[in-house]
Amino acid sequence: MATAAPARASRSRLRRLLGEQPIGYLFAAPFVLFLVGIYAYPFFYAIYMSFFDYFFSAPGAEVVRPFVGLANYARVLQDPLFHLAIRNVVIFLVINVPLTVAISMVLATALNAAIPLRTFFRAAYYIPYITASVAAVGIWLWLFSGFGLVDKILGPLAPNPSFLINGLWAMPIIALYVTWKGLGFYVLLYLAALQTIPKELYEASKVDGASPVASFFAVTVPGLRPATLLVVITAVITGANFFTEPYLLTGGGGPDNQSVSPVFLIYRFGIEQNHPGYAAAIGLLLAIGVLIISGINRFILERD
Amino acid sequence: MFTSRHRVLIAGVVLSLGLAACGGSNLAATGTAKGSIKIWYSNNAEEVKWGDAVVAAWNQSHASEQVTAEQIPAGKSSEEVIGAAITAGTTPCLIFNTAPAAVSQFQKQGGLVNLSSFSDGNSFIEGRTGDRAAQYKSPDGAYYQMPWKGNPVMIFYNKDIFTKAGLDPANPALKTYDEFLSTAQTLVSKGGVKAAIWPAPSSEFYQPWFDFYPLFIAQSKGKQLVEKGVPQFNNADGLAVANFWKEMYTKNLAPKEAAQGDPFATGQSAMAIVGPWAIAVYGGKVKWGVAPVPTKDGMDASAIHTFSDEKSIGMYSSCKNQGTAWDFLKFAVSKDSDGKLLDLTGQMPMRSDLPSTYSSYFSAHPEYKLFADQAARSVEVPNVPNSVEMWQDFRSAYSKSVIFGSQSIDEAFKGAADQIKTLVKS
Repeated sequence: MATAAPARASRSRLRRLLGEQPIGYLFAAPFVLFLVGIYAYPFFYAIYMSFFDYFFSAPGAEVVRPFVGLANYARVLQDPLFHLAIRNVVIFLVINVPLTVAISMVLATALNAAIPLRTFFRAAYYIPYITASVAAVGIWLWLFSGFGLVDKILGPLAPNPSFLINGLWAMPIIALYVTWKGLGFYVLLYLAALQTIPKELYEASKVDGASPVASFFAVTVPGLRPATLLVVITAVITGANFFTEPYLLTGGGGPDNQSVSPVFLIYRFGIEQNHPGYAAAIGLLLAIGVLIISGINRFILERD
Repeated sequence: MFTSRHRVLIAGVVLSLGLAACGGSNLAATGTAKGSIKIWYSNNAEEVKWGDAVVAAWNQSHASEQVTAEQIPAGKSSEEVIGAAITAGTTPCLIFNTAPAAVSQFQKQGGLVNLSSFSDGNSFIEGRTGDRAAQYKSPDGAYYQMPWKGNPVMIFYNKDIFTKAGLDPANPALKTYDEFLSTAQTLVSKGGVKAAIWPAPSSEFYQPWFDFYPLFIAQSKGKQLVEKGVPQFNNADGLAVANFWKEMYTKNLAPKEAAQGDPFATGQSAMAIVGPWAIAVYGGKVKWGVAPVPTKDGMDASAIHTFSDEKSIGMYSSCKNQGTAWDFLKFAVSKDSDGKLLDLTGQMPMRSDLPSTYSSYFSAHPEYKLFADQAARSVEVPNVPNSVEMWQDFRSAYSKSVIFGSQSIDEAFKGAADQIKTLVKS
């Protein structure tokens, strides 16, 4: 009897530590391990690296990586190339996010209606999303290069220099490309959300004499608000991380770095030049920026 | 407020960070250990053929020191693949195709073995490559790379397009900048091509090696971009080359945007800046001719220097059997193996006596003679700290001023020279 009380106390402490259903940890463990290994560990390691003059080295190599405090952050914030990259992200988001929301909402509404060849169009809009970026970029190069189809059609109206090597046009073209490529995914999100809007609301608006356009703005747009929040936040996060486009479409952030992006700079500094501490500082500043923008979006879109 | 569960989680994260910071196993010291080794070689068909032949020949007579050869894993560039492998500790003993520009970075990573620490290291390298070997020494005076094979860069041209444009394909006027510009103009206006020449105008750090650098080396009679810590390009020679290219871009003789596909092979451009590897690649498709790179006022071909586009062999610090690796490395660059390389790939082994050593080959393949002659006067990228960053800074200044003209060349080159001066000293 004397040993039963400490054993009960010990079980009770264990229960307090592990909760009522400890087996839940076992079920959650695979995903937790995945999360820790793929996201949390690199994230915290990036924070660690950003405070050092870090570089990748051979295992066991005797190397010196001095602690530099906030020096990497200070350098990044003073780097004109980083300023240019942030400016490009802003241009990108200003064009890409509203276009993505507007076009995918309208397309989803159209594809939700009983139109001929509806399944074909649904698949057609989804194809760019699942097409390999290299192939899709190849098509856009063929369209927008100086010897491309669009320049030929525009003739004397084509910009000089042509779109992809024109400082004014390079970022808008990238934003348009990403909008086009991602549209299928966002249309799908809106299509799913449209199924949740009660039919009675449309019937009521019809009875009230609303035109289809008025009904779209009075019923569909408010009904899709939760989906719009998701689309905006997803578009901002993926958009702020754009890399493939300056890498492939504009020949490495060209012309003259006018389409360089923060993630492209992370690649250049971190991988090509082996300054991962500096690259990590860029990454963390970008993550903070995206969090702030997403927070603002949430605040604006969620309020009644 | 922290609960017990929070504390467990935080302890886990802190522990894992601590473990990561500690690093891994010890590096093998330069040694004499013998046994089996692994090597990586390039993945182009000709070099694979050469690699297989050399490895088979070695394995036949070294039963206890077998060599396993693999093609270098695919990646955007072999430098990135090697850099990642160094960090992961998965490099093989030897990598054939180590870019000299990446050597300082690999050395800093602790990834390379100092070849000078082998008793016959310096004498072997210098005995084979001669005076040119000095360009491959690291700032600490040691060799961390074996100069292996060069692709001295020249102007390759399409004879049919020259004929179509009414130009003499046997004696093209390409010696001086004025001649080159005039020929280029004729080619674009009458030759039915989009470009006279189409060097990649993109921003990658290595692109200057195929536009500015070969012409700068020629114009400056063999100078590197940086010598003894001092940038050499911000002077009359560098500015002359930059202004030449600027004119090519301004007059639309060289496009400002990247080509889709190989513009020379597809007949979109009449000329290309390439090494002798091009003979094997373009030989069957294009009726080609070759000329040295131009200089401002023209120079005799025998006096022209050019960029080597060389690849070295690196021994990597994860190698356990470094004795075997060193012996195999010497075997792979022996007179016989180099001869086989020349025969199978057309690329020039980094030997000081190339034309005389393989005289029968050059008699049978006269088209390679000019390249062999140029190989003797080929110049490397400088082996300096922060090499990749230095080239990137130079490329950015060049793009801004020469290709896109948004800054004056004088101003851009001065800025780049100041930046590079600091970089190569750190």
